[in-house]
Amino acid sequence: MLRGNPDLMREVQKEMTEPTGLQVDSVLARYVLGLGDDALIYAQRLGEWISRAPQIEEDMALGNIGLDLLGQARALLTRAGELDGTGRNEDQLAYFRDEREFRNVHLVEQDWGDFGDEMARLLWFSAYAAELYARLVASTDETVAGVAHKAVKEVAYHRDHARQWVVRLGDGTQVSHERMQSALERVAPFVDELFVEDPASTAAAQAGVGVRPSELREAATKFVTDTVSEATLTMPDEPKRHARGGRDGIHSSIMGYLLAEMQHIARSHPDAKTW
Amino acid sequence: MSTKQGERSWPLWEVFVRGKRGLSHVHAGSLHAPDAQMALRNARDLYTRRQEGVSLWVVKADNITASSPDERESFFDPAGDKVYRHPTFYDVPDDVEYL
Repeated sequence: MLRGNPDLMREVQKEMTEPTGLQVDSVLARYVLGLGDDALIYAQRLGEWISRAPQIEEDMALGNIGLDLLGQARALLTRAGELDGTGRNEDQLAYFRDEREFRNVHLVEQDWGDFGDEMARLLWFSAYAAELYARLVASTDETVAGVAHKAVKEVAYHRDHARQWVVRLGDGTQVSHERMQSALERVAPFVDELFVEDPASTAAAQAGVGVRPSELREAATKFVTDTVSEATLTMPDEPKRHARGGRDGIHSSIMGYLLAEMQHIARSHPDAKTW
Repeated sequence: MSTKQGERSWPLWEVFVRGKRGLSHVHAGSLHAPDAQMALRNARDLYTRRQEGVSLWVVKADNITASSPDERESFFDPAGDKVYRHPTFYDVPDDVEYL
């Protein structure tokens, strides 16, 4: 993606070295924004399932999970806007930032069409989020700790939902087993990025506001491995490539389409007071 | 209750919600789910979104034996004129709830 585009390359390098020069608050803001963007973008993807899930009951389940995440995103984006000193509110951050300013991981922005793929993604994301929020309840930032306190119960349910489905599909028919297995393979290249440190998470961990993503890897992986084994599936081999760069604002080509859909109404009516 | 058991259809489940401790479970509605555990989870998402309950039961609709509308007269009408079956001749203290 970057090859053959020296300008973008320079910009990325500049940005990746930049955080050390920022104020502490800005680094913390970036960390909180990363958490908020993961939740916001995944909420948007989960919302797309409404009317498209296998049954209307599942439309509701995925819609509920998306709304939980949206609630987390609202509080986190609001806090990020306070921390970075720009005074932007949740709506300004959600609807009026461009692609390069979003800090979410690649996993949450992908648009896979298969229900098995979604369950594989939900399993990994909620396994990660359950470990994350279990630790963030001790955050020195009151808002982050507050969000975590509420989110712990929510993501435990999301994780259970994914587990139930992965086990049923994996240990179901031969076709569902094969499709669930290939879903795990498709998601695999996007998993590692969840647990990779970036300057913002390192600084946030040092300040007691956040946790190092690498600390979450073992426990989250154990949950997924146990689920996969219960489902009579196998963990995919180490992928040849890993997604990278989401925390630095480098996204997949699909991200632009997601943002266009999510933002276009707010941008068409920037002065609207109520909806 | 005849549910279509085609490849794409899940069985029907009846959902009972208990509003709070001390109350009994009340029928809230029905839903489709592949098995009991998923039915319980779907019930949580469909019928307790607004904190309606503290406990849930799901029962496969097939397992419920219901009285028939044709039998309504013989089943229920005979109770109509037996006023002595109501405990209306007792004084109920004011602070007794749910009676």
